[in-house]
Amino acid sequence: MTRTHRSRLWLSSASLGLFMLSSSGIAAPVAPHYPSSIGKGEGQLNIIAWEGYAQPEWVKPFEKETGCRVNAKYAGSSDEMVALMRQGGGSQYDLVSASGDASLRLIYGGIVQPVNVKLIPDYENFLPELQSPPNNTINGIHYGISYEWGPNVLLYNTDKVSPEPTSWAAIYSEQYKGRITVPDNPIQIADAALYLMAHKPELGIKDPYELTRKQLDAAVALLKKQRPLIKKYWALASDEIELFKNGDVVIGAAWPYQTNALKAAGTPVADTVPEEGATGWSDTWMLSAKAKHPNCAYKWMRYASTPMVQAQQAIYFGETPANKKACSVMNKLEPGSCQKYHLDAPASYFDKIKFWKTPRKQCSDGRNNCTSISQWQQAWQSVMQ
Amino acid sequence: MALDKALPLGEPQQSPLRSLAIAVWRRPALGASALLAGPMGWLVLIYLAALATLFISAFWSVNDFTGEIVHSWTLDNFRQLVESSVYPHIALRTIGIAFAVTLTDIVLAFPLAYFMARIARPKLRAALFAMVLLPLWSSYLARVYAWRLILSHDGVLNWFLLELGLPRAHIGYTNWAMWIVFSYIWLPFMVMPIYAAIERIPGSFLEASQDLGGRGLRTLRKVILPLAMPGVIAGSIFTFSLTLGDYITPVLVGGPGSNFIGNVVFSNVGIANNIPFAAAFATVPLVVMAIYLFIARRLGAFEMM
Repeated sequence: MTRTHRSRLWLSSASLGLFMLSSSGIAAPVAPHYPSSIGKGEGQLNIIAWEGYAQPEWVKPFEKETGCRVNAKYAGSSDEMVALMRQGGGSQYDLVSASGDASLRLIYGGIVQPVNVKLIPDYENFLPELQSPPNNTINGIHYGISYEWGPNVLLYNTDKVSPEPTSWAAIYSEQYKGRITVPDNPIQIADAALYLMAHKPELGIKDPYELTRKQLDAAVALLKKQRPLIKKYWALASDEIELFKNGDVVIGAAWPYQTNALKAAGTPVADTVPEEGATGWSDTWMLSAKAKHPNCAYKWMRYASTPMVQAQQAIYFGETPANKKACSVMNKLEPGSCQKYHLDAPASYFDKIKFWKTPRKQCSDGRNNCTSISQWQQAWQSVMQ
Repeated sequence: MALDKALPLGEPQQSPLRSLAIAVWRRPALGASALLAGPMGWLVLIYLAALATLFISAFWSVNDFTGEIVHSWTLDNFRQLVESSVYPHIALRTIGIAFAVTLTDIVLAFPLAYFMARIARPKLRAALFAMVLLPLWSSYLARVYAWRLILSHDGVLNWFLLELGLPRAHIGYTNWAMWIVFSYIWLPFMVMPIYAAIERIPGSFLEASQDLGGRGLRTLRKVILPLAMPGVIAGSIFTFSLTLGDYITPVLVGGPGSNFIGNVVFSNVGIANNIPFAAAFATVPLVVMAIYLFIARRLGAFEMM
């Protein structure tokens, strides 16, 4: 205590207290203090979103309807989202479209607050799995409203890869050595863990995001064996698109977005969710604990949950809505798109996808022997070298 | 004219501007410090304070659970850096490629700079200058992406090789690609200082050397090289430090196993939110550069700046 105190004194006396000193309290999930109704809009709304999540097609009507002017800041990664939400004491932005690998960090960091789902009429129409998913709901308290989701798929060049791959083994075996690409992201460890779940049951992995040290080491060993097979670890979706276009790679882990973009460019590709299942993302609109425009934020969450916006978003980005009622709207906008993005698929399809979660020290069964995101980061660094 | 307006004749004593001007005239130090206050303030507050903050935070740690920074002193970050097998490897790769790039640029830049300074006629020299500097007009990213297109599997280079009936070169997304791209990108920063150094060598020195029987190679070795050395060192500071601190080129053209110190710093700040560890690793290039600059000073690189 005294040491901390002295270091702070020293800092302020040297007028160096430039950052980080605001974090004096102990962070914990914020307790609910729900509004009972959505009040008058504040005229402004500041959001952090994935690129393509605040398109004029649906933002303009919202601004007209509510009088809330939307200022959107696009973030390139989950980590940037977390950093931006922390910035300026957390009051700079009202909403964030957080993926599952960011959401728990935001909740346990005390950065976002619980949301009253009773104020969101379309919540009732959500897929049951997305009403209280573990990436945004803790002990029955909702820290946000689910938005869209999708799987991380196995993408391949149909000219060079045949027959159609049915297992993730394709990216761990010598067959396509030097022509494989996977994302440069620590969460990729979960993909290896998912593969081990199916192929090495003796490790006892139950959840690819909750790994003990031993299980993490096994996943890392698999990834290290994979490294000489990799042409390039991609950092941006556009990187992977270029790798496929230029023939540098023929198979790799991807998002459906890349498949759509490559098909549109005339590259012969297809994607699949292999037999082991896939990891995936599920995004949530989360409300800052210190939001300055909570009414506009609630209005946005209500609006973004409607079938029309959900369908527009899904088709624009190549993902799947949380709202079941978006199916018919999707088919009206683009015939067959509801089926294409599996919104009408049975629950078994949903179960095949293990959605991104922030790895934490505490496992969901309460034990403390899981590995945290910073351990994953270091493990990933040892894979990448 | 402007002076006449500012200092109307007849009432010179009353003008505060004039008395200020007199004060500065009488005490030159006053003027100098007023002039330097801005840049010095910037240097001390923004630059040095940022470095100090960086260094201090390297001794902090991060709470695994909440991701918040714990302000108590620890050497764990440095211990982790040294004990891990990964980080020394990455540091050595970064420094090694920075050296390779510097050497390559010296070898490429020296003859070019010599030609520009000593042999080329003014018109050709101007044209060469423009060609050396022209790439700097376009974005760094555009140039790196251009190289990616050249070196990729179905890229320009392989198309060329196939046309000649040669097998494909697998250079894209390797450390070789990084070496080529870095050498290309930082070349102008080597050409300019060497050019300046060679241009300064008086022609009479070369004539004297020849009069005394020094042939071309001997003159180069005994006269030109020593006198151009400060320029080479100055250029090498640019190429070495620029390569040492880069993290975009490894992302764009590097393959698996081509992370630089900068990439580790970036992912620790961004992905793991472990700013203290990133700060600890960021001190490595600082130390390397300090040693490099110390040696450069010994070799007289700063005398010509």
